[in-house]
Formats: sequence, structure tokens, C-alpha cells
Amino acid sequence: MADKTNGQPGPKPSSHGAPEALADTGLFSHYQNSHFFCELTNSGGHTDPQVELIRDRLNALPLDDLRSRAKQAEQELYNLGITFTVYSERDAIDRILPFDLVPRILARKEWQHIEAGVKQRVQALNMFLWDIYHDQNVLRDGIIPRDLVVGNANFCPAMIGLDVPGGTYVHINGTDLVRDDAGRFLVLEDNARTPSGVSYVIENRHTTLRVMPDIAAGIDLMPVDEYGMRLQNALAELAPEGVDNPQVVLLSPGIYNSAYFEHVFLAREMGVPLVEGRDLVTENDRVYMRTTAGLRPVHSIYRRLNDDFLDPEAFDPTSMLGVPGLVQAYRKGNITIANAIGTGVADDKAVYAYMPRIIRYYLSEEPILSNVETHICAEPEGLAYTLANLKNLVVKPVGESGGYGLIIGPHATQDELAEFRTKLEADPANYISQPVINLSVSPTLCENGLEPRHVDLRPFAVTGKSTWVLPGGLSRVALRRGSLVVNSSQGGGSKDTWVLAQ
Amino acid sequence: MTTTVDPIATVPMPLLSRYAECTMWLARYMERIENLARIIDVTETFVRSGASDGWRAIVQINADEERFFATHDATTARSVITFYTIDTENPTSIVSLAHAARENARSLRPVISTEMWAQLNIFTKFVRSLGRDDIRPSEISQLCTRIKQDCQTHTGITEGTFYRDQASIFYNAGRHLERADQITRLIDIKYHTLLPSEAGVGSEVDISQWSAVLRSAAGYHAYRRVMSADIRPSSIVGFLLKSEAFPRSLSTNLRHLHSNITQLRRDYHLRGASHIVGRVEHLRNILDQQTATEIIVRGLHEFNDWIQNELQDIQREIANAFWPAPGAAVLAPETPELFPASSQSQSQS
Repeated sequence: MADKTNGQPGPKPSSHGAPEALADTGLFSHYQNSHFFCELTNSGGHTDPQVELIRDRLNALPLDDLRSRAKQAEQELYNLGITFTVYSERDAIDRILPFDLVPRILARKEWQHIEAGVKQRVQALNMFLWDIYHDQNVLRDGIIPRDLVVGNANFCPAMIGLDVPGGTYVHINGTDLVRDDAGRFLVLEDNARTPSGVSYVIENRHTTLRVMPDIAAGIDLMPVDEYGMRLQNALAELAPEGVDNPQVVLLSPGIYNSAYFEHVFLAREMGVPLVEGRDLVTENDRVYMRTTAGLRPVHSIYRRLNDDFLDPEAFDPTSMLGVPGLVQAYRKGNITIANAIGTGVADDKAVYAYMPRIIRYYLSEEPILSNVETHICAEPEGLAYTLANLKNLVVKPVGESGGYGLIIGPHATQDELAEFRTKLEADPANYISQPVINLSVSPTLCENGLEPRHVDLRPFAVTGKSTWVLPGGLSRVALRRGSLVVNSSQGGGSKDTWVLAQ
Repeated sequence: MTTTVDPIATVPMPLLSRYAECTMWLARYMERIENLARIIDVTETFVRSGASDGWRAIVQINADEERFFATHDATTARSVITFYTIDTENPTSIVSLAHAARENARSLRPVISTEMWAQLNIFTKFVRSLGRDDIRPSEISQLCTRIKQDCQTHTGITEGTFYRDQASIFYNAGRHLERADQITRLIDIKYHTLLPSEAGVGSEVDISQWSAVLRSAAGYHAYRRVMSADIRPSSIVGFLLKSEAFPRSLSTNLRHLHSNITQLRRDYHLRGASHIVGRVEHLRNILDQQTATEIIVRGLHEFNDWIQNELQDIQREIANAFWPAPGAAVLAPETPELFPASSQSQSQS
């Protein structure tokens, strides 16, 4: 519990020093983080005066004050409807994504490193997608096994030979980053289909600045407001050729989708209509929306529907959410779809393992952001290493998602390890292995005051004719003590990510 | 492309049919909730001042007899109030209307202001949370006042923040159409309460109850100011139907509806609006050509019924023109001259 001296207003004098100086009194006096890299108290060691200033200001806040601000923020998010809706048989319950008001801070230099790394990765993803849907040099040169790509469930034969405008397949990319014990940023996963969460980045900023004006005062932060404008521009500049003033729309599954708020948010920020499948029709391989003045042409679609649901004529015939004839219009070059169809093959776990080689292959550069060290069991050295170190590794099947069929070595029993070893030896090509990563932590308001909680980071990149990365990204936080799982479905929340402008 | 004039003035933004439909119904549902709260409130007053079967009248004017008596034996205060406030099985209850308003508003979140959404969000959650304790006799008048005020807050926020384009015109059309419909129902509640017991017409009870009708429509003081001591039922009916200045009168709302639809035709070039304008004009003419006394002599209830049917037809025609069902014939893409900005046939520059 916080001690009485917390009541003193204003920053503590002469606290610009080593982190230990904070520990005597104030919010951080009980903050204990011995094992992990901390995003704020810098067990990694660098001292940015602005970060220290923010820390000192936070330290001087009485705990009760912080709690009442947190409550105010929650109420505001709820009232503004920055929520996702959970439907049961009789009821619709609005929930907010748990929000932590202590910002996660990135120094300018850290951000520049991430930004360059994300751009490089997006460029490689787009070149890879163009290649596998055209000449397939990457397969012919043996950089990645052909089966892994062409045999992948997310490989879309309808995309073969289709020249997407600007060569851009992944207009919106979310790169999931984690930070290890040494403070190094590592790529955990690419999200190249319909990555979500960007609305929280921007709303978290609004909320944080409203409830923590004194913490942010005078600190120059990189802004996050341009996202919608950038996205709208990207979609407009990649509209089919010959269109003067392209009509962009956002295609949503509708108000019953749990991410509907984000769709609303993005449509508003982009200044484009939010349409549902039933609002669109195709005629003569062109796409139109139904308006009060009749049918109006549509040129670019930011879709928040999975491939399968887009067009009942081309994919799942039972889908009521899509637009019959859309894929045909797409193949004729009459409509731009973002992200392109068939990008799922590029953010697959199996392909992930090959990303460093894919980057080197297309760009002749070393990856700026490393993958989490990954051993490909399809390769003899990878298999040998995995078998020898099974009890220290996470081993994942490549074809599965959602954490199915994986084993976490340090948490497994002898019997489980033995059983898994048999499976692995029977079908090594189906597995990759990685070390267990100790995610970095960020001070987070918990029951007993500020406590370290694990975080990750998802920066969002928007690609039209060039790539722009939204400064910061979504910092997800695992609210349960010790938990490494940041997903909102498993008790995860989010917090604002501040990129210092200087 | 360089814009040299205000694009809004020359190139109307297209409005999704679905948005037009949702805005019109959002307005209608919010007005309907407000009016229902007014009607419950005034009935409560009637019954307190001696009307024998005031609660039955609400069920009648809403044409809900069949559904009501399927689940209830008698029109008691308790059963009718429950039915029209917290009964989620009844689609005409305040809670069901609030739910419908909310679903429409959710669809409209990309176009309505965040202030509008935030208030609707809080209001509809409040309505959804209502329980038996909130509608006890001691609480009901207060509850009606609160609901009325929340609806008026919505109206005010909408007036102050809703961007004035096509969507707002559909919103206003919905509001005025619903108000026109509701005033005929409010008048009918009086008709049902006192007729056919002829003895009651013109008595003191009658006058105090007509005053209550005026009060429930927030028209009592305006009426006194304009009509002074004339408190004959025919004058009050005339005021409620034909006043050009009273915001809830039939005449005022038909005039506004007419101007809304005209705006769609004139400013937004919506061809489908033309014959609807004619339809509303016809209705206004019929109202203009009769005095309140004539209407009463010919049958006030029949007149109200007829108006309600006409308004339903107008709503149907608006739907057919601006949000035809998928599969129904839709208007071909407009000619390029009307919408140069979003036409593919424009030359490249």
C-alpha cells in the first residue's frame, strides 16, 4: 500500500538521478521489478531526462488520485462507446478494453529503429507476395519450400497473375514486437490480413492526455492523429487507374461485429462511408454502393472482412456479409481491395520463420528487427537443436493458430516432453521452435499500486505508394500478475504509447 | 483537382440508402418515446381526476388491443404502464423503442456526432436498466419527466451538432412525420376517454382534461395566450391540428415535412422526392380546407385514423424511393453532370 507521504503534490525535488532515488517515497517506492526489462525504470540502463521527468511526475501522484483518474477514464470510454459488444442469447453487453493510464514510453531513437525495421519488413512482405503470385522466383531459388507456400491454406490461386496497383498487397500491416531481457525489440508475428487495434492507439492517446494532463505537460510527443488521413490517401492513390476522384469505402461486417467500434472510428477518421455487404452491388464487373440518388461507383475498399466472406460467388457461398461478383470486378482491375486477397500466406507461422531470409533475398539487407530466434525443424540442424533443447523451448506446429498443439518446454512434464518428442520426430516439417521470451514490463496500476506487467507492441504501417508507420503503436498489457498473454480475450488491456519527439 | 467553390454547394455527397433509413427511424423512435412518456403522464393525470378507463385508451390509440389482451386480462394502471415501459416483449414499449433507436444510432455512428452517440448510449442504457420499482405509482410521473427531458436533450444535441446534409434532412423528415402522427394520437386519447359518453362533453371534467392534453403537449400556456378564455373543445382541437405556430401541431409538422422533402428534391436532386412532395401537399390542402368544427362533426376519430394511414403511405413511399429493398429496381447511376466528382467518365487531369 502507498504510504502517507504520497499526499505531497508536485514532483519530488532533486529526484533526477538513479532509479533508486524514486524508491524512498511515492508511487514507485513499492515498485519491484528484479527479473525483466522495464520500459520506464530502465533496467537496460539509458537515462533520458524526459523519461525521468515523466517518472518523477508519476511518482509524485497520490495513489488515490491515480485511481480516481483511472475510474474517470473508464467511465468516459464506456459513455463514448469505445467498446466492444459481447452478445448473449438475450443481451448485448458493452465492454471496454481494459485501459491502463500509465503510458508506455519510447525514446526517439528506439522509435527510429522500430520504424525502419517495420518499413523494411512491409517492403519484403509485399515483394514476396508479388513474387509468389507471379514468377515464384523465391520458390525456384529454394529460399523457402514450395509446399509451404503453394500448399498453404491461405495461398489464393485466384490471385495468380493479378497485378495489384503499386504492387501493394499489404496496405495495412501490424507487426507484433516484444522486448527481451536485454531490451532488444524482436518480431513475434506479422499481421498482414486485417490487423485490428489501431483505434485504441488513438483513443488511448485522447484519454491519457485528458486524465493525465499534468504528466504530459510540456513533453513533445509524436502525434497519432494523422492515421485516418494517411490511410485514406493510400487507398485513394492506389485506386484503379483512370479514376479522377476515387470513392473509398470501409467494408464492415456490421454492428454485430465485436470490432464494430473500430470500423466506425476508421470510417470517421478517413471521412469515408462505412458500408456493409448489402450496401454494395456489382454490375458489369464494377462495384457500386446504394445511395438515395441510386447507384454510385466505388473504387477502393478497405475491407474488415476475411477473404472467405468477401464474395459468396468466389469463396464461401453461404456468406451473407460479402458482395457477389466482387472478386470478378477485382480481377478485372476495376476495384482496389485493401488488404489484397491472399495475404494470409505471408503472415503464416511457417513463413515467419523464413522472413529473415526473405528480407535478405529481396532487399540484400540484414533484417533491422530480428525475429525471435526460430529453429525450423524441417531442416536437420533445426531439428537436432530442438530435440536437444526441448525442455527450454516453445515448439509450435506451423499449420495451427490460436496456440493449439504447442508445447512450452519449461512448463511441460517429462511424460509430455517424451510424447511430444515422438510427434516431432514423426513429422518434423510441421514444427518450429523458439526460446521462451521474457517480455519486458511496464508499470501498471494494479490492486496494490503500480506493479510491473508484461507488454508487447503492435506498430501499424500504412502502405500506398510508399510506407508510413504510425508513431508508437498499440501497447497491449497482460494485466494478470506473471502472465505473458496480452490478448484481450485473456485478460489483456492496453495503454498509450508515447514516442518522444526529441 | 482544384476546388474553386465550396464543394458542398455544387457536389452533394452521396448518402448511403441505409444511412437515410436509419436516420429517419432514429428520429421517429426518439419522438415516439417522448410522446409515449407524455401520453402515460397525461393518462395518469386523467385517471387521478376521475376518468374511468383512461388506461384502456392508450392501448386503443396505439392499436395494440390484440397483443395487449393476449397476455393481460384487464387494462389496469399497473398492467398498461408495465406494457408500455419495461416490457421487452412488447415492440411498442419504451424499452423496445429505445433498443430500436439504439440499433439505428449504432449503424449511424459514422455520421452522427460523438455527442449525439454518447447521450443516446447513456440514455438507452438507462432505459434498459429500468425495473418494476421505477414504475410504481409514486415514481411514474418523475420517470416520464426524466425520459421526456432525455429525449429533448437528444433533440437539442442533434440541433446543435448534427451536420446539415442529406442525413439531417432525413432525420428532420422523420421527426416531423412522427410528430404529425403522434398529435393525432394524443387528440384521440381524449376522444376515447370522453366519447361516447356524450354527457361528459363540455362539463368541467371535460375542460380540465382538455387542459391536461394541452399541457402534455407543452401547449397549455401558448394556447391561453393566443386563445385566452376560449376553452371549447373544438378550439383546442383546432389549435392542436391547425396552429401554424405550435411546434407539435399537425399543420406545423406537415409544413416542415413538406419543406424537408422539397429540399431533397431541390438541393440534392433526388428525383424520387417529387411525387412525395405532391402527396404531402395534398394532405396539407385537405387539412387547410376544413375547420376544426367541421372535422369534429364529420368524425374526429375517423379523421385522425385517416391521417395516420396517409402518413404510413408517405413513409412507405419514402422507403421505396430512397431505400428500395435489395432486388427491387434501383435508379441507374446518375448522369455525370449532376455528380461530376465521383463519376468515372470524367477526363483525367
